[in-house]
Amino acid sequence: MSKIWLIMLLSAIITAIIKDPSVAISAMLTGAKDSVDLAMELVAMYGVWLGFFALLDKVGIADFIAKLLRPVIKFLFKGSSDEAQKYVSMNMSANLIGLGNAATPMGINAVKLLGDEKESANTNIIMLVVISATSLQILPTTVISMRAAHGSANAADFLIPCIVATVISTVIGIALVKLCSKLFPDSKRA
Amino acid sequence: MTAYVVPVLFLIVLVVSLLKKKDAYSYFIDGSRSAIDLMVGVFPYLMTIMMCVQIFRETGVSAALSSFLSPVFEFMGLPGQLTELLLLRPLSGAGSIAILDNIYATYGTDTFIGRCASVIYGSSETVFYVSAIYLSQSKTKKLRYALPVALVSTLIGCIIGCLLLRVI
Repeated sequence: MSKIWLIMLLSAIITAIIKDPSVAISAMLTGAKDSVDLAMELVAMYGVWLGFFALLDKVGIADFIAKLLRPVIKFLFKGSSDEAQKYVSMNMSANLIGLGNAATPMGINAVKLLGDEKESANTNIIMLVVISATSLQILPTTVISMRAAHGSANAADFLIPCIVATVISTVIGIALVKLCSKLFPDSKRA
Repeated sequence: MTAYVVPVLFLIVLVVSLLKKKDAYSYFIDGSRSAIDLMVGVFPYLMTIMMCVQIFRETGVSAALSSFLSPVFEFMGLPGQLTELLLLRPLSGAGSIAILDNIYATYGTDTFIGRCASVIYGSSETVFYVSAIYLSQSKTKKLRYALPVALVSTLIGCIIGCLLLRVI
Protein backbone atom coordinates (compact mmCIF):
# COMPACT_ATOMS: atom_id res chain seq x y z
CA MET A 1 0.00 0.00 0.00
CA SER A 2 2.71 2.50 0.96
CA LYS A 3 4.48 2.04 -2.39
CA ILE A 4 1.28 2.45 -4.39
CA TRP A 5 0.35 5.52 -2.39
CA LEU A 6 3.78 7.07 -2.96
CA ILE A 7 3.71 6.41 -6.71
CA MET A 8 0.19 7.77 -7.11
CA LEU A 9 0.85 10.93 -5.12
CA LEU A 10 4.25 11.55 -6.70
CA SER A 11 2.95 11.20 -10.26
CA ALA A 12 -0.02 13.45 -9.45
CA ILE A 13 2.17 16.14 -7.84
CA ILE A 14 4.62 16.13 -10.77
CA THR A 15 1.74 16.42 -13.24
CA ALA A 16 0.28 19.27 -11.20
CA ILE A 17 3.60 21.14 -11.25
CA ILE A 18 3.84 20.78 -15.03
CA LYS A 19 0.20 21.46 -15.91
CA ASP A 20 -1.41 23.57 -13.21
CA PRO A 21 0.23 23.89 -9.77
CA SER A 22 -2.84 25.47 -8.16
CA VAL A 23 -4.84 22.26 -8.56
CA ALA A 24 -2.60 20.43 -6.08
CA ILE A 25 -3.69 21.96 -2.81
CA SER A 26 -7.34 22.34 -3.84
CA ALA A 27 -7.58 18.67 -4.87
CA MET A 28 -5.83 17.41 -1.75
CA LEU A 29 -8.09 19.53 0.46
CA THR A 30 -11.19 18.32 -1.37
CA GLY A 31 -10.10 14.74 -0.74
CA ALA A 32 -9.34 15.47 2.90
CA LYS A 33 -12.66 17.23 3.38
CA ASP A 34 -14.52 14.31 1.80
CA SER A 35 -12.77 11.99 4.24
CA VAL A 36 -13.94 14.13 7.18
CA ASP A 37 -17.52 13.98 5.88
CA LEU A 38 -17.23 10.24 5.40
CA ALA A 39 -15.70 9.85 8.88
CA MET A 40 -18.68 11.65 10.44
CA GLU A 41 -21.07 9.36 8.59
CA LEU A 42 -19.06 6.32 9.61
CA VAL A 43 -18.95 7.33 13.29
CA ALA A 44 -22.74 7.41 13.21
CA MET A 45 -22.87 4.01 11.47
CA TYR A 46 -20.29 2.46 13.78
CA GLY A 47 -22.20 3.82 16.78
CA VAL A 48 -25.42 2.19 15.68
CA TRP A 49 -23.83 -1.11 14.63
CA LEU A 50 -21.46 -1.44 17.58
CA GLY A 51 -24.41 -0.79 19.88
CA PHE A 52 -26.40 -3.39 18.01
CA PHE A 53 -23.62 -5.96 18.14
CA ALA A 54 -23.01 -5.37 21.85
CA LEU A 55 -26.68 -6.21 22.31
CA LEU A 56 -26.37 -9.21 20.02
CA ASP A 57 -23.42 -10.40 22.06
CA LYS A 58 -24.94 -9.86 25.52
CA VAL A 59 -28.24 -11.60 24.77
CA GLY A 60 -26.35 -14.61 23.45
CA ILE A 61 -27.29 -14.39 19.77
CA ALA A 62 -23.67 -13.79 18.74
CA ASP A 63 -22.61 -17.08 20.34
CA PHE A 64 -25.50 -18.80 18.61
CA ILE A 65 -24.48 -17.51 15.16
CA ALA A 66 -20.84 -18.35 15.90
CA LYS A 67 -21.91 -21.90 16.77
CA LEU A 68 -23.85 -22.20 13.48
CA LEU A 69 -20.88 -21.00 11.45
CA ARG A 70 -18.29 -22.90 13.50
CA PRO A 71 -17.60 -25.73 10.99
CA VAL A 72 -16.87 -23.22 8.22
CA ILE A 73 -14.85 -20.92 10.43
CA LYS A 74 -12.83 -23.78 11.94
CA PHE A 75 -11.87 -24.86 8.42
CA LEU A 76 -10.90 -21.34 7.36
CA PHE A 77 -9.29 -20.09 10.58
CA LYS A 78 -7.25 -22.90 12.10
CA GLY A 79 -6.34 -22.56 15.75
CA SER A 80 -8.24 -19.33 16.44
CA SER A 81 -9.78 -18.60 19.86
CA ASP A 82 -13.54 -18.79 20.51
CA GLU A 83 -13.64 -15.04 21.06
CA ALA A 84 -11.93 -14.38 17.72
CA GLN A 85 -14.28 -16.84 15.98
CA LYS A 86 -17.25 -14.93 17.35
CA TYR A 87 -16.07 -11.66 15.79
CA VAL A 88 -15.16 -13.42 12.55
CA SER A 89 -18.64 -14.92 12.29
CA MET A 90 -20.24 -11.53 13.03
CA ASN A 91 -18.02 -9.93 10.39
CA MET A 92 -18.87 -12.55 7.77
CA SER A 93 -22.60 -12.52 8.41
CA ALA A 94 -22.72 -8.71 8.24
CA ASN A 95 -20.78 -8.78 4.96
CA LEU A 96 -23.07 -11.46 3.53
CA ILE A 97 -26.26 -9.48 4.07
CA GLY A 98 -24.68 -6.38 2.60
CA LEU A 99 -24.01 -4.43 5.79
CA GLY A 100 -20.38 -3.67 4.91
CA ASN A 101 -20.15 -0.76 7.32
CA ALA A 102 -21.41 -2.92 10.16
CA ALA A 103 -18.85 -5.56 9.22
CA THR A 104 -15.88 -3.17 9.48
CA PRO A 105 -15.79 -2.73 13.29
CA MET A 106 -16.21 -6.52 13.69
CA GLY A 107 -13.36 -7.10 11.25
CA ILE A 108 -11.07 -4.70 13.14
CA ASN A 109 -11.76 -6.52 16.42
CA ALA A 110 -11.34 -9.90 14.77
CA VAL A 111 -7.91 -8.96 13.36
CA LYS A 112 -6.86 -7.75 16.82
CA LEU A 113 -7.83 -11.11 18.35
CA LEU A 114 -6.44 -13.27 15.53
CA GLY A 115 -3.09 -11.47 15.62
CA ASP A 116 0.02 -12.32 17.55
CA GLU A 117 3.03 -10.29 18.60
CA LYS A 118 4.60 -10.35 15.15
CA GLU A 119 4.52 -7.49 12.69
CA SER A 120 3.72 -9.62 9.65
CA ALA A 121 0.31 -11.21 9.42
CA ASN A 122 -0.41 -14.87 10.18
CA THR A 123 -2.51 -17.01 7.86
CA ASN A 124 -5.72 -16.37 9.81
CA ILE A 125 -5.46 -12.59 9.42
CA ILE A 126 -4.62 -12.96 5.74
CA MET A 127 -7.64 -15.23 5.32
CA LEU A 128 -9.97 -12.71 6.93
CA VAL A 129 -8.61 -9.81 4.87
CA VAL A 130 -8.86 -11.81 1.62
CA ILE A 131 -12.41 -13.00 2.35
CA SER A 132 -13.55 -9.46 3.15
CA ALA A 133 -11.63 -7.89 0.29
CA THR A 134 -12.98 -10.26 -2.36
CA SER A 135 -16.50 -9.17 -1.37
CA LEU A 136 -18.99 -11.55 0.21
CA GLN A 137 -21.97 -9.39 -0.53
CA ILE A 138 -24.65 -11.38 -2.31
CA LEU A 139 -27.00 -8.49 -3.13
CA PRO A 140 -25.20 -5.33 -4.33
CA THR A 141 -27.90 -2.88 -3.23
CA THR A 142 -25.88 0.25 -4.10
CA VAL A 143 -25.49 -0.79 -7.74
CA ILE A 144 -29.14 -1.80 -8.07
CA SER A 145 -30.38 1.54 -6.75
CA MET A 146 -27.90 3.50 -8.90
CA ARG A 147 -29.04 1.62 -12.01
CA ALA A 148 -32.65 2.35 -11.15
CA ALA A 149 -31.83 6.04 -10.62
CA HIS A 150 -30.26 6.14 -14.11
CA GLY A 151 -33.46 4.81 -15.65
CA SER A 152 -32.44 1.21 -16.24
CA ALA A 153 -35.16 -0.90 -17.87
CA ASN A 154 -34.17 -3.81 -15.65
CA ALA A 155 -32.05 -2.70 -12.70
CA ALA A 156 -31.37 -6.26 -11.50
CA ASP A 157 -30.39 -7.56 -14.95
CA PHE A 158 -26.70 -8.03 -14.07
CA LEU A 159 -27.29 -10.01 -10.88
CA ILE A 160 -26.54 -13.58 -11.98
CA PRO A 161 -23.11 -12.83 -13.52
CA CYS A 162 -22.42 -10.56 -10.56
CA ILE A 163 -23.15 -13.26 -7.98
CA VAL A 164 -21.12 -15.78 -9.97
CA ALA A 165 -18.21 -13.31 -10.05
CA THR A 166 -18.46 -12.68 -6.29
CA VAL A 167 -18.56 -16.36 -5.40
CA ILE A 168 -15.75 -17.29 -7.80
CA SER A 169 -13.48 -14.51 -6.54
CA THR A 170 -14.02 -15.53 -2.90
CA VAL A 171 -13.49 -19.25 -3.61
CA ILE A 172 -10.30 -18.54 -5.59
CA GLY A 173 -9.15 -16.22 -2.82
CA ILE A 174 -9.64 -18.89 -0.14
CA ALA A 175 -7.92 -21.54 -2.27
CA LEU A 176 -4.95 -19.26 -2.97
CA VAL A 177 -4.56 -18.40 0.72
CA LYS A 178 -4.61 -22.12 1.58
CA LEU A 179 -2.00 -22.75 -1.12
CA CYS A 180 0.22 -19.81 -0.13
CA SER A 181 0.07 -20.80 3.54
CA LYS A 182 1.68 -24.12 2.52
CA LEU A 183 4.28 -22.40 0.33
CA PHE A 184 5.10 -19.66 2.83
CA PRO A 185 4.36 -21.15 6.26
CA ASP A 186 3.71 -18.88 9.26
CA SER A 187 6.69 -20.34 11.08
CA LYS A 188 9.05 -18.80 8.52
CA ARG A 189 7.63 -15.30 8.84
CA ALA A 190 9.92 -12.35 9.41
CA MET B 1 -37.27 -6.71 0.23
CA THR B 2 -33.82 -5.63 1.45
CA ALA B 3 -35.44 -2.72 3.29
CA TYR B 4 -36.80 -5.27 5.79
CA VAL B 5 -33.38 -6.66 6.75
CA VAL B 6 -32.37 -4.01 9.27
CA PRO B 7 -35.69 -3.44 11.09
CA VAL B 8 -36.27 -7.21 11.36
CA LEU B 9 -32.78 -7.72 12.80
CA PHE B 10 -33.40 -5.06 15.42
CA LEU B 11 -36.82 -6.51 16.21
CA ILE B 12 -35.38 -9.99 16.82
CA VAL B 13 -32.63 -8.72 19.09
CA LEU B 14 -34.92 -6.46 21.10
CA VAL B 15 -37.50 -9.20 21.58
CA VAL B 16 -34.84 -11.69 22.68
CA SER B 17 -33.43 -9.20 25.16
CA LEU B 18 -36.93 -8.58 26.53
CA LEU B 19 -37.54 -12.33 26.92
CA LYS B 20 -34.20 -12.78 28.65
CA LYS B 21 -34.87 -9.71 30.83
CA LYS B 22 -31.63 -8.02 29.80
CA ASP B 23 -31.07 -4.25 29.96
CA ALA B 24 -30.83 -3.50 26.23
CA TYR B 25 -30.37 0.25 26.77
CA SER B 26 -27.14 0.00 28.74
CA TYR B 27 -25.68 -2.68 26.46
CA PHE B 28 -26.34 -0.52 23.44
CA ILE B 29 -24.55 2.41 25.09
CA ASP B 30 -21.57 0.20 25.96
CA GLY B 31 -21.28 -0.81 22.32
CA SER B 32 -21.68 2.67 20.85
CA ARG B 33 -19.05 4.03 23.20
CA SER B 34 -16.27 2.45 21.13
CA ALA B 35 -17.37 4.14 17.87
CA ILE B 36 -15.31 7.31 18.39
CA ASP B 37 -12.19 5.40 19.49
CA LEU B 38 -12.54 3.23 16.43
CA MET B 39 -12.78 6.25 14.15
CA VAL B 40 -9.77 7.89 15.80
CA GLY B 41 -7.79 4.83 14.73
CA VAL B 42 -9.33 4.59 11.26
CA PHE B 43 -9.44 8.26 10.26
CA PRO B 44 -5.75 8.79 9.37
CA TYR B 45 -5.96 5.92 6.87
CA LEU B 46 -9.22 7.23 5.46
CA MET B 47 -7.84 10.71 4.96
CA THR B 48 -4.47 9.68 3.56
CA ILE B 49 -6.04 7.42 0.94
CA MET B 50 -8.85 9.79 -0.06
CA MET B 51 -6.56 12.79 -0.39
CA CYS B 52 -4.26 10.80 -2.67
CA VAL B 53 -7.07 9.43 -4.86
CA GLN B 54 -8.59 12.90 -5.28
CA ILE B 55 -5.41 14.56 -6.55
CA PHE B 56 -4.64 11.48 -8.66
CA ARG B 57 -7.96 11.92 -10.45
CA GLU B 58 -8.09 15.73 -10.65
CA THR B 59 -4.65 16.08 -12.23
CA GLY B 60 -5.74 13.68 -14.97
CA VAL B 61 -3.05 11.11 -14.17
CA SER B 62 -5.75 8.54 -13.48
CA ALA B 63 -7.38 9.04 -16.89
CA ALA B 64 -4.00 9.02 -18.68
CA LEU B 65 -2.89 5.82 -16.96
CA SER B 66 -6.25 4.25 -17.78
CA SER B 67 -6.02 4.95 -21.50
CA PHE B 68 -2.47 3.58 -21.42
CA LEU B 69 -3.54 0.37 -19.67
CA SER B 70 -6.87 -0.20 -21.41
CA PRO B 71 -5.41 -2.58 -24.08
CA VAL B 72 -4.29 -4.88 -21.23
CA PHE B 73 -7.84 -5.12 -19.86
CA GLU B 74 -9.28 -5.40 -23.39
CA PHE B 75 -7.02 -8.39 -23.85
CA MET B 76 -8.56 -9.99 -20.74
CA GLY B 77 -12.04 -9.50 -22.17
CA LEU B 78 -12.97 -6.45 -20.11
CA PRO B 79 -14.18 -3.31 -21.94
CA GLY B 80 -11.36 -0.75 -22.21
CA GLN B 81 -13.75 2.05 -21.26
CA LEU B 82 -13.94 0.56 -17.78
CA THR B 83 -10.21 0.69 -17.06
CA GLU B 84 -10.41 3.65 -14.69
CA LEU B 85 -13.18 1.91 -12.73
CA LEU B 86 -11.08 -1.24 -12.48
CA LEU B 87 -8.03 0.72 -11.32
CA LEU B 88 -9.72 2.86 -8.68
CA ARG B 89 -12.26 0.37 -7.36
CA PRO B 90 -9.76 -1.31 -5.00
CA LEU B 91 -8.66 2.07 -3.62
CA SER B 92 -11.69 4.20 -2.98
CA GLY B 93 -15.40 3.53 -2.67
CA ALA B 94 -16.32 7.20 -3.09
CA GLY B 95 -13.98 7.70 -6.05
CA SER B 96 -15.14 4.61 -7.91
CA ILE B 97 -18.84 5.31 -7.34
CA ALA B 98 -18.33 8.69 -9.05
CA ILE B 99 -16.75 6.86 -12.01
CA LEU B 100 -19.59 4.31 -12.10
CA ASP B 101 -22.10 7.16 -12.16
CA ASN B 102 -20.22 8.73 -15.05
CA ILE B 103 -20.21 5.41 -16.97
CA TYR B 104 -23.98 5.06 -16.56
CA ALA B 105 -24.48 8.64 -17.78
CA THR B 106 -22.16 8.15 -20.79
CA TYR B 107 -22.94 4.62 -21.98
CA GLY B 108 -26.33 3.91 -20.34
CA THR B 109 -27.12 1.23 -17.78
CA ASP B 110 -28.45 -1.47 -20.09
CA THR B 111 -25.66 -1.54 -22.67
CA PHE B 112 -22.93 -4.18 -22.48
CA ILE B 113 -20.54 -1.61 -20.98
CA GLY B 114 -23.10 -0.45 -18.42
CA ARG B 115 -23.89 -4.00 -17.34
CA CYS B 116 -20.22 -4.93 -17.24
CA ALA B 117 -19.56 -1.94 -14.99
CA SER B 118 -22.39 -3.10 -12.72
CA VAL B 119 -20.87 -6.58 -12.42
CA ILE B 120 -17.40 -5.16 -11.73
CA TYR B 121 -18.58 -2.76 -9.06
CA GLY B 122 -21.05 -5.18 -7.49
CA SER B 123 -18.71 -8.13 -7.24
CA SER B 124 -15.67 -6.32 -5.84
CA GLU B 125 -14.55 -4.50 -2.74
CA THR B 126 -12.22 -1.65 -1.89
CA VAL B 127 -9.34 -4.08 -1.37
CA PHE B 128 -6.64 -1.62 -0.26
CA TYR B 129 -9.00 0.38 1.88
CA VAL B 130 -10.47 -2.65 3.67
CA SER B 131 -7.05 -4.08 4.42
CA ALA B 132 -5.68 -0.76 5.73
CA ILE B 133 -8.71 -0.24 7.99
CA TYR B 134 -8.83 -3.83 9.29
CA LEU B 135 -5.20 -3.60 10.41
CA SER B 136 -5.55 -0.08 11.83
CA GLN B 137 -5.89 -1.16 15.48
CA SER B 138 -3.68 -4.24 15.48
CA LYS B 139 0.02 -4.90 16.04
CA THR B 140 0.11 -6.60 12.65
CA LYS B 141 1.41 -4.24 9.99
CA LYS B 142 2.55 -6.38 7.06
CA LEU B 143 0.03 -8.37 5.03
CA ARG B 144 2.46 -10.57 3.08
CA TYR B 145 0.62 -12.17 0.14
CA ALA B 146 -2.91 -11.01 1.10
CA LEU B 147 -3.19 -8.09 -1.33
CA PRO B 148 -1.95 -9.85 -4.49
CA VAL B 149 -4.24 -12.80 -3.72
CA ALA B 150 -7.27 -10.54 -3.17
CA LEU B 151 -6.60 -8.50 -6.31
CA VAL B 152 -6.00 -11.50 -8.58
CA SER B 153 -9.12 -13.30 -7.28
CA THR B 154 -11.25 -10.20 -7.78
CA LEU B 155 -9.93 -9.70 -11.31
CA ILE B 156 -10.63 -13.33 -12.26
CA GLY B 157 -14.16 -12.95 -10.84
CA CYS B 158 -14.72 -9.80 -12.95
CA ILE B 159 -13.40 -11.45 -16.11
CA ILE B 160 -15.70 -14.45 -15.67
CA GLY B 161 -18.66 -12.21 -14.79
CA CYS B 162 -18.20 -10.11 -17.94
CA LEU B 163 -17.72 -13.26 -20.03
CA LEU B 164 -21.07 -14.52 -18.73
CA LEU B 165 -22.68 -11.23 -19.79
CA ARG B 166 -21.60 -11.91 -23.37
CA VAL B 167 -23.07 -15.41 -23.30
CA ILE B 168 -26.45 -14.80 -21.66
